[in-house]
Amino acid sequence: MKAVVPILTVLAVIVALWYAAAVWMNAPWERDQAARAGTAITFAQLLPLTMVQERPVLPAPHQVAVGLWEGLAGQAITSKRSLVYHGWVTLSATLLGFAIGTTAGVLLAVGIVHNRAMDLSVMPWAIASQTIPILAIAPMIIVVLNSVGVSGLLPKAIISAYLSFFPVVVGMVKGLRSPDAMQLDLLRTYNASRAATFWKLRLPASMPYLFTSLKVGIAAALVGAIVGELPTGAVAGLGARLLQGSYYGQTVQIWAALFTAAFAAAALVALIGAVQRVTLRRMGMAR
Amino acid sequence: MIWLVFAFGFWAAAWALNVRLAASSLMRSRAGRLAVPAIFGITLLVVWEGVVRGLAVPGVILPPPTAIAARIAAEVPTLWLDFVQTFVKGALSGYIMGCGAAVLVAIAIDRSPFLQRGLLPVGNFVAALPIVGIAPILVMWFGFDWHSKAAVVVVMVFFPVLVNTVAGLAASEVMQRDLMATYSASYWQTLWKLRLPAAMPFIFNGLKIATTLALIGAIVAEFFGSPIRGMGFRISTEVGRLGLDMVWAEITVAALAGSAFYGLVALIERGVTFWHPSQRH
Repeated sequence: MKAVVPILTVLAVIVALWYAAAVWMNAPWERDQAARAGTAITFAQLLPLTMVQERPVLPAPHQVAVGLWEGLAGQAITSKRSLVYHGWVTLSATLLGFAIGTTAGVLLAVGIVHNRAMDLSVMPWAIASQTIPILAIAPMIIVVLNSVGVSGLLPKAIISAYLSFFPVVVGMVKGLRSPDAMQLDLLRTYNASRAATFWKLRLPASMPYLFTSLKVGIAAALVGAIVGELPTGAVAGLGARLLQGSYYGQTVQIWAALFTAAFAAAALVALIGAVQRVTLRRMGMAR
Repeated sequence: MIWLVFAFGFWAAAWALNVRLAASSLMRSRAGRLAVPAIFGITLLVVWEGVVRGLAVPGVILPPPTAIAARIAAEVPTLWLDFVQTFVKGALSGYIMGCGAAVLVAIAIDRSPFLQRGLLPVGNFVAALPIVGIAPILVMWFGFDWHSKAAVVVVMVFFPVLVNTVAGLAASEVMQRDLMATYSASYWQTLWKLRLPAAMPFIFNGLKIATTLALIGAIVAEFFGSPIRGMGFRISTEVGRLGLDMVWAEITVAALAGSAFYGLVALIERGVTFWHPSQRH
């Protein structure tokens, strides 16, 4: 509870600053309109006008809220104007890609932990790949897969998978290595096989690391799906809404899509956080 | 067919070599530890080349590495122009502004626990959001040139660095702060001589995360509109023209620039935080 008041204060300050910025950035257009009509405009007249522009430079928070509400609840969810529809298009690609990337990442991590040659040859590249702007290859993957006849969900999912893959590999390798020498020695005195060591010690010990990297991975997967929608000619999805909005100057539409994406990201991360808490508590690892 | 056999033969041989190297005593030397990943990387390139040539994959789907290398050699002036536009003007200037602002804001809110309790959850929340989405808005505000790219980069790097710096400023121990108090050190002296140095490992952690974000932000922002140069512009137009070898050339440059940028920051970190356990080995 102690944190609620400061957070609300900060949010209130942000909203207030946003309103001030909206007035300041939208005012030139209103002044321009007034000058063209040959009338003088006072600040008191100008103020309400900056709040209700059709295509504001910066939409006021309530305009975004209205746009968001109409997009989420004001349409049938199958409508092309519905943010639920576009959000689902993006979300399904995100989830599919996340599942592929996580599975592949965990498998590779298991291989790396159990094979020294694989560890030495693959691990440096997995770490180095995190410093590379992987997102830059997104347009290429889409176009190339399109030209070999794969389109729709899968190309976006592959970009998402690629982005969530490396955080999972790095985190999972760290996790599978986290049991200390004492614990590994204990299992050796029990004459435990490698498989038993893996299932009974390494895998349970890696869970906190896995969940931490899953949170990073799913946020990255969502970014990947959104960026993956940009070069396909803006058909459907949140990325397409962003691109259409920027083509046609529909700023409210951009902000509404942006907030939908933000809520989706927050919900996904919170979901994994909830699964993490439940799992770790049942495993007796909760702090 | 010969190419395929050669590629897989090379792969098997290199893997056998790596397995033997990994088990040998060479691993205790630095050169040995570098050799294994290097061999693996070369193997990937050879297999790529062999598969593309062996299966006669058309260049518009996947060009072989030699074609990409030839394109890089032939297009150095264009690549350099794009590099300057995207990396030096867009990413680097945004990175410096964003990280500088984040550290300053962290120091500014440091004296107010109230602001910290309010700003940190918000900052953590924003750091997990798909911030690249604001690119179209900022391109609309700041125009097509590098200013809008720098603005995207500023927003992208700000929150990770802010969160890390605030965490870092809390990292000095009570005992150490008490010692400064017994010296009757002022707030600024304590900050400058104890808390900022103690925060450096955290700050550099944020700075390293931000290097990748900066390059991603600058490239993706160019997908929303740019002058007729820049890495993101070149990638999206060459993809449209199916000039895939040029796309790969740009990606190579981006990868090299990203790694070099990260390496540079890591090098500075080693110089600044030489006292930290993670740097002493």
